[in-house]
Amino acid sequence: MSGQHTTELVVFVALFLVVSGMGFVAAKWRRPKDIESLHEWGLGGRNFGTWITWFLVGGDLYTAYTFVAVPALVFGAGALGFYALPYTVVVYPLVFLVLARMWSVSHVHGFVTPADFVRARFGSPTLALVIAITGIVATMPYIALQLVGIEAVLKAMGITGHLPIIIAFAILAAYTYQSGLRAPALIAFVKDTLIYIVILAAVIYIPAKLGGWGSIFDAAAEKFAKTPAPGDGILLNANNQLQYITLAFGSALALFLYPHSLTGVLASKNRNVIKRNMSALPAYSFLLGLIALLGFMAIAAGVKPIVNPETGKGDNNTVVPVLFDQMFPDWFTGVAYAAIGIGALVPAAIMSIAAANLFTRNIYREYLNKQATDAQEAKVSKLVSLVVKVGAVLCILLLDPQFSIDLQLIGGVVILQTLPSVALGLYTRWFHKGGLIAGWATGLAAGMWMLYLIPNPANGKLHFGGSAFPLANFGFDTKATLYAGVIALTVNLVVAALATLIFRAAKVADGEDATSRGDYFADEGDPKVKDLDLSGAH
Amino acid sequence: MSSPETGQERGDRSPWNWLLFVPIVLPLLTFLFNSDEPRVAGFPLFYWLQLAFIVVGVVCTTIVYRMTK
Repeated sequence: MSGQHTTELVVFVALFLVVSGMGFVAAKWRRPKDIESLHEWGLGGRNFGTWITWFLVGGDLYTAYTFVAVPALVFGAGALGFYALPYTVVVYPLVFLVLARMWSVSHVHGFVTPADFVRARFGSPTLALVIAITGIVATMPYIALQLVGIEAVLKAMGITGHLPIIIAFAILAAYTYQSGLRAPALIAFVKDTLIYIVILAAVIYIPAKLGGWGSIFDAAAEKFAKTPAPGDGILLNANNQLQYITLAFGSALALFLYPHSLTGVLASKNRNVIKRNMSALPAYSFLLGLIALLGFMAIAAGVKPIVNPETGKGDNNTVVPVLFDQMFPDWFTGVAYAAIGIGALVPAAIMSIAAANLFTRNIYREYLNKQATDAQEAKVSKLVSLVVKVGAVLCILLLDPQFSIDLQLIGGVVILQTLPSVALGLYTRWFHKGGLIAGWATGLAAGMWMLYLIPNPANGKLHFGGSAFPLANFGFDTKATLYAGVIALTVNLVVAALATLIFRAAKVADGEDATSRGDYFADEGDPKVKDLDLSGAH
Repeated sequence: MSSPETGQERGDRSPWNWLLFVPIVLPLLTFLFNSDEPRVAGFPLFYWLQLAFIVVGVVCTTIVYRMTK
């Protein structure tokens, strides 16, 4: 616990190297005839079964940042931070039918990205471009945040400086380049196994040492009672209940709009794999709920966050690593740190693949090289996945990490604005393509404006200090707040509907719908789906 | 696995789908669980009931999957 972290470091590095080796070998796993197409490199052959999909999607959605940031939020604010649990309970029944439709239509037409779908459905390359850029912008800071997760662990081991992160990301970039989606799919097994072991050990061992769950919650309640902040506590209060509800619901709506979550879904081999996963993925929600409670354990254990030398303030993201360091024997702390570190690699790989696919399919192929072959597409995606990772590392090196966190917060609000085109588009062709673009633009502007107005008294920031928009800003006499994303989405939907009516009345030409009703229910074995020859044409 | 009904119009409509609303709505009703008592194994109601909603979610989605596949 003093300055000696040698054992932890040895275990951490050893596990990290094993996983990196797996990443390179993954190119040979379920070996394709030819990896040089986006269906192979970017979607792992579109042939993953229930188990692989479960690990892949789970490993993708529950990131290192989740493991670090959710308990940090619970440590700082209490009950409000627990929104992550209802969020992940609500999301699966919410997208149960939606994702099955997305799978079918994507397999019939060979779509690789959500923007591919929008392009065909609304016959608008412009709308598809807007959706693609939105996806890339929302994903980039998310990748950068994975580095924040690794950094928190390194800090707890007493390692400062950026070199280790650069090395870790260089290795990650190399095996993603070589193996594509197969690398994170294979590594996800190790990552999730480690995380399950660590968290189960933590929730059994740590409460026993701290005198039981009852005293952990009591210690947290006592701490929050002493702080001057009105919004914290182990229960919600009158002012943040609406925030809790809208944040959980809004985040659930946003989750599968992120291109990287769809990547895992499109890589599965049939509709039943997806539906089965919608009932099996909540196993991770249980884990997430327990992880959130690590924040209270840290309070009860008297954890002091590591002070950031640049700002002189405690960094709450370090509470979980510090808690592990205080509680566990050194070797097991090393395992726990490796779990968080490797937990960053899986989503970072999938996110960079998803962003690269968006660029390749909806910018390169649409505007730069209309006759691109499969091999050219794969080549461009591989290169862009490298660029994306360099960008993420630069974000961390050049910018205040707080800025990445702000961008991530903005990213959630931004990606929600693609809901009318991507998710509602699976159900209705009613919206006019111009209406969708107008709704997207207004929703985005409204979202940015609201986030700009939100200060964070805790760290003295005046703008982009959180996502809780005070209803008082609209002139209501209340202290209640709402999640800004949900308000922005409402604006988006209203404008999209009104603009659609106006464009119709003005007889503005709408795009051609290239999909037909049956496409949305096609399954593995259907002639339509078989038409999708993975080695070739789409 | 559903047998491929080639050329036939298929859909995903089923009365069982209504069951999906239960786990979507239940976790958002804060008045149900925003309380410390009764505690279970030291967990305030707020925490144990929300963890229990996971089970509700799994049961509902599993039933819908089984009944509609």
